[in-house]
Amino acid sequence: MAEKTYAGVTINVDEEGYMTDSSQWTKEVAAEIAKEEGIDELTDTHYAVLEFIRQKVSEGATLTIRAIGKSGHTDIKGFYKLFPGAPLKKATKIAGVPKPSSCV
Amino acid sequence: MSDEKKPLKKVLIIVAKGTIEDVYAGLVMANGAVMEGIETKLFFTFFGLDAITKKKMNSLHTATVGNPSMTMPGGIPFPTWLGGIPGVEAAVSSMMRKQMEELDIPPVDEFLEMITAGGGEIYACKLAVDMFKLKKEDLIDDLNGIITVGEMYELAAGDQSQIIFT
Repeated sequence: MAEKTYAGVTINVDEEGYMTDSSQWTKEVAAEIAKEEGIDELTDTHYAVLEFIRQKVSEGATLTIRAIGKSGHTDIKGFYKLFPGAPLKKATKIAGVPKPSSCV
Repeated sequence: MSDEKKPLKKVLIIVAKGTIEDVYAGLVMANGAVMEGIETKLFFTFFGLDAITKKKMNSLHTATVGNPSMTMPGGIPFPTWLGGIPGVEAAVSSMMRKQMEELDIPPVDEFLEMITAGGGEIYACKLAVDMFKLKKEDLIDDLNGIITVGEMYELAAGDQSQIIFT
């Protein structure tokens, strides 16, 4: 298992950079991973979406962009704007949860 | 030969059939591509146009006659004569849509909205639109254009671009 240092803390990650221990996550860690993913600053909306993702994953739900679009924090268009490129992959990485296994 | 990785940059998906499974195959691949940050275009032609025709898009059917993959719940073969009884095809199709909803796969109209929200583009085939005597108003509002085959190929042009025909 690989390790990375974010915000002065050592974090366990898999070979693709996804955190393997979700409990090591903090807002400061998220901000640094976001910078690596090309997002300079995380807004309150970013954090609301990240918290939503963390909660869904901890409940064992399958994560889809459809569910995020209905979360009340942002719509799908907004989600693509918040995490440009590959939103679900980026957002889960920044949220400190495993890479999503859903197709939608 | 270089070992440099060349990820897919653009994909054009052609949907030419109007059954639930054919349309969803195209939509799932298109949405998946958008989610990966791949530039995505969908081209609907012939019966595939049902998927972007307002009146038909959310009530697509699957074939219960002449579909050898069809089974009953429990895996028993589905007799062809049963598929021909009025109402059976509608019931099977509605069951399929329900099962997809349980997997958080949206109805066709919402699925298309998800694709366009992520920047995916949707086109209709001019020849097929003319043939089925459809008007622009009959098709979804989010349509990027009714185009010719030549224009379709222009859309797919470029490096690391693929065309998928379902």
